[in-house]
Amino acid sequence: MNDGIKINRIDSIFKDYVDNKFDYLKKIMTMSNEEIIKNLTESGLKGRGGAGFPTGSKWKFAAEQSSDEKFVVCNADEGEPGTFKDKEILLKVPHKVLTGMTACSKVTGAKKGYIYLRWEYKFMKNDLQKSVDEFNEELEKMKIDFKIYIVLGAGAYVCGEESALFDSMEGMRGEPRNKPPFPTESGFMGKPTVINNVETFATSTMILSFGGVNYAKLGTDVSHGSKLFSISGDTAIPGIYELELGMTLHDFVEKFGDGDTKAVSVGGVSGALVPRKKFKDTIIGWEGVPTGGAMILFNSTRSIYRILHNYLEFFEEESCGQCTPCRIGCQQLKKGIEAVKKGEEDPSYLDTLASLSKVMNVSAKCGLGQSVMNPVLSAVNNFREELIY
Amino acid sequence: MATNEILIKELADQYGRKRTSLLPVLQGVADKNNFLTEEDLTTIGRELHLSGAQVFGTATFYSFLNVVPRGKYVIRVCKTISCDMKNKDDVVREIENMLKIKTGETTEDKKFTLLYTNCMGWCDKGPSMLINEMPYSDLTPDKVHGIIKQYSDTAD
Ligand SMILES: Cc1cc2nc3c(=O)[nH]c(=O)nc-3n(C[C@H](O)[C@H](O)[C@H](O)COP(=O)(O)O)c2cc1C
Ligand code: SF4
Repeated sequence: MNDGIKINRIDSIFKDYVDNKFDYLKKIMTMSNEEIIKNLTESGLKGRGGAGFPTGSKWKFAAEQSSDEKFVVCNADEGEPGTFKDKEILLKVPHKVLTGMTACSKVTGAKKGYIYLRWEYKFMKNDLQKSVDEFNEELEKMKIDFKIYIVLGAGAYVCGEESALFDSMEGMRGEPRNKPPFPTESGFMGKPTVINNVETFATSTMILSFGGVNYAKLGTDVSHGSKLFSISGDTAIPGIYELELGMTLHDFVEKFGDGDTKAVSVGGVSGALVPRKKFKDTIIGWEGVPTGGAMILFNSTRSIYRILHNYLEFFEEESCGQCTPCRIGCQQLKKGIEAVKKGEEDPSYLDTLASLSKVMNVSAKCGLGQSVMNPVLSAVNNFREELIY
Repeated sequence: MATNEILIKELADQYGRKRTSLLPVLQGVADKNNFLTEEDLTTIGRELHLSGAQVFGTATFYSFLNVVPRGKYVIRVCKTISCDMKNKDDVVREIENMLKIKTGETTEDKKFTLLYTNCMGWCDKGPSMLINEMPYSDLTPDKVHGIIKQYSDTAD
């Protein structure tokens, strides 16, 4: 068993290492496309939005497509409960995101980039637009044929799912599409599209500035580098922390818990709800519990029933309703745990609900319906008593 | 409403008469009135050459595009887990008492609507809420009292 990396705070995202914010762009634009891909691949960077697809490969796939038009899209929908880091990046270091998008456009040949900003962040749209305008001017000055636009969402968690996000940008209901084809082949308007999370673009900028090999020195063999963690719940020090990947949940809780942590939702409501007894064996990273960085801590005063009920209500409301397992499944799971709690159903009904969530995992069309299983199984397997009494 | 017809034409001129303009146009109208009427939706369809079903389908999908009447200030309190744990119920109760409405309702003077919303990205500073697009965080009953009072005191 890997003992894990100790808690190690890193400062690459929010700190600027150049005098002028356009210096990153100027340096990256001197690199060849091959160098850019090579550095990203060597860095081992995996998408920071949660799904963890290798960023270098994604850019390469899109670059290899021949098409009259391609797009770069920045996913700033940040809807996963417990996540709030993308907002901070866009408030504090938007130029790193814009630079990352431009690097991607260079490699892929895209001429237009979009930031899909969730409606909840409309308060910062004007400031972000100013940064984008300034950046676009610089691009024009540097004779780079790429322009960035902001698109405002309208309130739907599922629109963070990449294909639903394209639907939304196209003026439709945000209903996830079947995959394949993947966005690098057919994305926004059916054209090859690279879609990355806000943090992924910002991190790409830093990797291209420092070198992929250097970046890969941080983290483990599977989970390279550092990433931002959004920490909330029962902790005295909530906030955003950039940490080296590969620490154990035990160490994490030692640092951020309140001394009485009984469970942590790693990856928000769609991630695993890890019980205390598994903290030591759980590595935060792709080899253990993967995460988009949302860490919600619960101490022993919290009712797992109330937590799970809150999660299921969230899923029920945010399901796009397109496919039956998710639309009906979310409702039935919520009703089901209510019935067990009230004593209207036998405690063994929890096992039926657990199997239902497994069916949803294999039959739902998108990640929303598929991941409902994660908190349900954790709760039923580890906190059964709390769901019954 | 003739005024909205002009606004819709302007928005269509600005964003273009195509499907991808639908959300910005809907948002433009919703920005002004806080909700979309059936007439707005029909006019938008006509302007953008889309069917009523297409416009309706899109508009009703999104929780921030209201297709039922809303007050001038829409208060949305986050009810997702981190804010819930930080006693969002106390905050909601304070607002309900002040405005004499329940969650989901609009005050008689059409000034305020009180709703719940899902995670709005302020989990480290819960409980949080939006009033129209302005976020407020680290709320307590006292603090929210002061905020709502400020809005109440502003002239229409
Ligand atoms: C229901 C659902 C919601 C999602 N929400 C987001 C989101 O808010 N932000 C995000 O970056 N990715 C989100 N994703 C993941 C995206 O589909 C996609 O994988 C990601 O934007 C790719 O970027 P990355 O490779 O840089 O992580 C979501 C996925 C699902 C299934
Ligand atoms: S799994 Fe849920 S959110 Fe995803 S497509 Fe099906 S109904 Fe929609």
